Amino acid sequence: MIPISHYMILSAILFVLGVAGFLFRRNLITMFLSVELMLNSVNLSFVALSYYYRELDAQVFVFFVMVVAAAQAVVGLAIVIALRRNRGSLHVDEMDRLKR
Amino acid sequence: MYPVLFYLFAAAATGFGLNLVLQRHPLYSALSLIGVMASLASLYLLLGAEFIAAVQMILFAGAIMTLFLFVILPLPLLHGGEEAGWRRSRMVKHLGAPLLIVLLSLLATVIDRQFPPDSMVRFGTFPGRTADIGRQIFLYYILPFEAVSILILVAALGAVVLAGKSASKSD
Repeated sequence: MIPISHYMILSAILFVLGVAGFLFRRNLITMFLSVELMLNSVNLSFVALSYYYRELDAQVFVFFVMVVAAAQAVVGLAIVIALRRNRGSLHVDEMDRLKR
Repeated sequence: MYPVLFYLFAAAATGFGLNLVLQRHPLYSALSLIGVMASLASLYLLLGAEFIAAVQMILFAGAIMTLFLFVILPLPLLHGGEEAGWRRSRMVKHLGAPLLIVLLSLLATVIDRQFPPDSMVRFGTFPGRTADIGRQIFLYYILPFEAVSILILVAALGAVVLAGKSASKSD
């Protein structure tokens, strides 16, 4: 038997790890992966709360979050490919101009 | 058996997440994100959300991570990472990690007080069947479902435009 709060604390740990990766890393793809980690941690809290309240709506929302994350990954990776073709680097500190 | 499985997968998810943040090359970060997603899928199974666990494995660990790997693999493996400490402020270096730990402990205490201590998770007591989720989606969430399908279509078109245009421009 596990208290429901342990699931939520695990979700918080993963979210804070994602925030740390987004803030401290300067590689565009690593920052992107950290955003995905944050989305996944929120999904875990959604599923845990779905168990807690005995409601399936939260699982439907997790489904929608996953689909939106897929769309975000597709567009984001296209932008990454375009940036890499145009600038040859994925270091975010070097992306300081709007023009090439 | 159940607590053992929970703590095993929780430790795996935390370890893989830590590895994601600490690795130098994005390829290893992406591989550890796959580990996080697999552990989370097992946790969803423990919570009785079979449909979500399956979608997590197929959509996230399968499709999205394959997409990531195809973008990452052309990067040079040795010096494709980042220069350590390149233009990083001293405040971030000294205060960043402690402040994040403070945030995490605050969150943990708030969460711990939020739930009654006797609210336990028992395996197999929540019948979250896939048919019920489908009924929920197509009865009450049909408009968001259609909106999301259009969103996916627009995102796919946008990706083709974004990634294809730059190729013709650089020629």
